[in-house]
Amino acid sequence: MRKVVVYRVVVVAGIVAVLEVLCLTGVIDKITMQAPHLIVRDLWRMLASGRMNAAIAKTLNNTLAALLLALGVGIVAGALIHRFRGLRDTLDPLFATYYAVPVFAFYPFFIVVFGLGDTPQILIGFMLGVVAVIVNTLNGLDRVPPVLLKTARIMRLSPTDAALRVTLPAAAPHIVTGVKLAVAYAFIGVIGSEFILSRGGIGYEISFAYTNFENATMYPLILLILIASIAINALLSRWEARLLARRGLR
Amino acid sequence: MNCRGARNMLVMVALLVALWQGLYLWFGDVALASPVATLRYTVKLIGSESFAGHVLDTLRAFGIAFAVSVVMGLLIGFWLGFDRLSGDALEPMVVAVYAIPKLTLYPILLLAFGLGLAAKVAFGVIHGVIPIILFTLAAVRNTKPILIKTGRVMKLSRLQMVRWILFPAAIPEIFTGLRVGFALTLIGSLLAEMFASQRGLGFLLMNGIGLHNVEQIMAVTLIIVVFAGVVSWILLYVDHRLHRRA
Repeated sequence: MRKVVVYRVVVVAGIVAVLEVLCLTGVIDKITMQAPHLIVRDLWRMLASGRMNAAIAKTLNNTLAALLLALGVGIVAGALIHRFRGLRDTLDPLFATYYAVPVFAFYPFFIVVFGLGDTPQILIGFMLGVVAVIVNTLNGLDRVPPVLLKTARIMRLSPTDAALRVTLPAAAPHIVTGVKLAVAYAFIGVIGSEFILSRGGIGYEISFAYTNFENATMYPLILLILIASIAINALLSRWEARLLARRGLR
Repeated sequence: MNCRGARNMLVMVALLVALWQGLYLWFGDVALASPVATLRYTVKLIGSESFAGHVLDTLRAFGIAFAVSVVMGLLIGFWLGFDRLSGDALEPMVVAVYAIPKLTLYPILLLAFGLGLAAKVAFGVIHGVIPIILFTLAAVRNTKPILIKTGRVMKLSRLQMVRWILFPAAIPEIFTGLRVGFALTLIGSLLAEMFASQRGLGFLLMNGIGLHNVEQIMAVTLIIVVFAGVVSWILLYVDHRLHRRA
């Protein structure tokens, strides 16, 4: 385990060191990329000055909205689809091919329908995330031990009670997998669509900085997004692993 | 993919078209084109002179990107599958890259490769290579030990081992990786065109917003969705067959 961590640190440090050397020696010119230590310095200054706070807040709000929407709709829809066999058979081909279809292709269409506000971005984040939640909820519900279902029936729980008190908690570890994916997809959807066309947010600031050759703004923002998404993903993975371990599933 | 599978598929497509017609009746002409109008425009668009150029452009970027993804993905996947330490250390990092909003990396690629085919290809590759690596890695690791032991008893060299044992045993899993990689590479190439490009299907989509040409947007979206859907359906079919045989 220790060895693995050392390996990882060496790889990351190595990449940063190579970039640093290439930038300082001028192999990578200043217009293409700044030296890593400058990026970190600029990021620090940017966060301290607070000039990106509005953009960061906007992106986080929209991501949160997309995430909550995806979770709410996804879990409820998953529970419903699980109850109706025919519905599930019909929707299965949709789920199987869903992630092969570029959801971003719908973005221009959403802009035309809803205008260039927050709605199209939230919708893209929602659309990317919701199917992952549904599929993982279904997967979790499939694996609920029959004895729990029988217990619920013996106690004469109503379908809602049974779902809220027995089946959904029993399926929780798999639903968490869905949550983890939904968080990543909500981020990708919101930032990606801001980047393509929008009027604010981190994605917009990056594309704005790119068109104006402001590397001192662009690279720190990209670094910020990298750090944030990797950190969130790592935290959720740890939580997921712990839940699975507690149930003896891994 | 028997008779029932085909029926479910048809029911689903019918439902989606019905939903589309419903939305059209709800929102009206300004925001949405009806299924019939979109189909008519699609036919006209496909028949137009410039269209073939745009499609070829997208397909070229996508084709090169997918080829590069496959070669790189298989090489890295086999390496990480063989080398336990490297695999354990790097796999979570590859997974973490998957969760990054990769569009934000596109400006870096544009600065590094310049505006054009190379940047598009590179962007397609960073999308497509990840699932191919992950699936290949898992496939190599999960090869049945008895097969590997048999190979060792026969004193196969490492290369022979890959050629005659690991690769054939891993084909179903690797194919799943290729299927997912195919879809993601396509998404990557299209996204690259949507952001900064003067050609290709992604450009046509963004161009539709500029012209406020709803029919063009919907027709191009339809073409992309149908293409991605049909190809992934075929790949899924092959995938199931490979897994059943294995």
